[in-house]
Amino acid sequence: MDAAAPPPGQQPVVDIRGLSSVFRTPEKRFVVHENLDLAVWPGEVLSIVGGSGTGKTVLLRQMLGLETPARGEISVLGQPASELGRRGAASRIGMLFQHGALFSAFSVLDNIAFPLRELKTLPPVLVREAAMVKLQMVGLKPEDADKMPADLSGGMIKRAALARALVMDPPLLLLDEPTAGLDPESSDGFVALLRSLHRDLALTVVMVTHDLDTLFELSTRIAVLADRRVIVSGPPREVIAFQHPFIRDFFLGERGQRAMELLREYPFAV
Amino acid sequence: MPDPTPRIEQQPAGEGGRLLILGQWTAAQFARPRLLRSLERSLVPARGWDLSRAEQLDHVAAQWLWDRWGQRWPQDLQALPTQRAVLERVARFTCPRPPRQRRSWRRAWLGLGAGVLRVGNHVRNFTELAGELSINLLRLVRAPHTGPWRDFSGHLYRIGGTALPITALVGFLIGVVLAYLTSQQLRQFGADAYIVNILGIAVIRELGPMLAAILIAGRSGSAITAQIGVMRVTDELDAMSVMGISHAFRLVMPRAMALAVAMPLISVWTTVWALGGGMLAADVSLDITPAFFMNALPEAVHVNNLTLATAKSVVFGILIALVGCHFGLRVKPDTQSLGEGTTASVVASITVVILVDALFAVLFKNVGI
Repeated sequence: MDAAAPPPGQQPVVDIRGLSSVFRTPEKRFVVHENLDLAVWPGEVLSIVGGSGTGKTVLLRQMLGLETPARGEISVLGQPASELGRRGAASRIGMLFQHGALFSAFSVLDNIAFPLRELKTLPPVLVREAAMVKLQMVGLKPEDADKMPADLSGGMIKRAALARALVMDPPLLLLDEPTAGLDPESSDGFVALLRSLHRDLALTVVMVTHDLDTLFELSTRIAVLADRRVIVSGPPREVIAFQHPFIRDFFLGERGQRAMELLREYPFAV
Repeated sequence: MPDPTPRIEQQPAGEGGRLLILGQWTAAQFARPRLLRSLERSLVPARGWDLSRAEQLDHVAAQWLWDRWGQRWPQDLQALPTQRAVLERVARFTCPRPPRQRRSWRRAWLGLGAGVLRVGNHVRNFTELAGELSINLLRLVRAPHTGPWRDFSGHLYRIGGTALPITALVGFLIGVVLAYLTSQQLRQFGADAYIVNILGIAVIRELGPMLAAILIAGRSGSAITAQIGVMRVTDELDAMSVMGISHAFRLVMPRAMALAVAMPLISVWTTVWALGGGMLAADVSLDITPAFFMNALPEAVHVNNLTLATAKSVVFGILIALVGCHFGLRVKPDTQSLGEGTTASVVASITVVILVDALFAVLFKNVGI
């Protein structure tokens, strides 16, 4: 069920219908999603949560067209996801991979400038300046431009990768575990950055996260994956009230308590 | 649907005479060929700018405008609040270009020095690695049961066993070609029978071991470097150090031992196939029967040649393993360095093999001939 009623007159940014994903090993067949429906509306921050092995990252990869589902349709910004891997894809969708996936042979600036440079039509000076603007928008300093990815801290890698994902101002941003592996301080800083970018750039964000703090601080809507489909999606408070063993364990266990306090502190998310 | 192409038009003077920005001003639209040049051409002096009718304005396009404005706000600018926000971010974060570094004799001189130091560093590291290998071999002799024997046997199979088909094929073909070309020359002098001497000495003493060593250097030397290099990229090498297990003992030694054992065997195997190919070609082109060939071979080629070839192959094997490990351990945790390391490893191991072969040829010029 999709609790959030579609805003009137708007087309979903991502529309997933009747999705089934199956993984096969020689021994057995493993169904990850079965008849899954999900829509992402413009301007929202949708978090996908679920136990391990429920196919959250698989879902992200399918939205990006990196994997093809066994059955069902995924359309992103009105086009089938399988057609995303084309020229100019960076202007439609940005992806922040869990470990950044920066090109280790390039400096930070060259990483950020890569999608622009590959267009082959923009003058190098413009490319450099545009990349420098994005570099500073994510909170890096101009001095960091010539550093190599191997010399960056975890938080800086995430920021550089975010700048690269956003360099062509795509309307849709996908985040895979945006704060995993960061210390609490850089994690808080990164969440604040994501929130301000979401507001300033009018982004639609889809993220997968296990971190309850990030979840409650950023999401305007949470979709819970369990039993091979989306069991509930809606504002955080509605999702927590939903009766399901996974939701009870995930949100109302011991580690959920602190996050619940946060929820009271950030009522805007509800 | 409105035309998405970015373009600039001038308002009629009656409406203000500003330059109008129309279309989708995004990096994706800027990707059109020759678009930027046509935009530059449509820039005319005007009283001001009106962005409010553009469908979109992203940061790259805003940057382009900002640069055209000489990185200053124009006197008369009409823009939507969102467009103004984008321009403000661009204005805030645009920073001056760093001066380009100029070439100079001093820099070239320093570069030369760095190069020399790098070579010195390679030599030093390589020597250290060879020293560590000897120490570890002594340790193994004292306590053989602690050795990485499973690893050794795995490498023996991967480096030696799986290389048998390709070395046989190459050896056989080289044998055929060599015998055929030589036979053409020998027939002119009526010295047909000497093909056994020529083939025997050339193949057993030089070509067999060299071919095998070059093939293995390309095949396994690169694999060793890539494998150890990836272990560096994924921190596996550090994990091993933390457990107190020496790289030289656990990574270098089994590979060096496996190559020291496999190399002479592959060398003999290649030699046999090359001789077989030569024998076949001699039979076809000179009517020298295999029976005659086999009888004449022991008289033409002294057995010392085979001993020398085998000894040489052991040295080649150890050197290929050491060069492969040396470059693998020097890989830095990035893809560029991994690629460079693998290339350098193959080039260096083939060069070292040829150099050492020349050394053997000079040192043992009186043996077996």
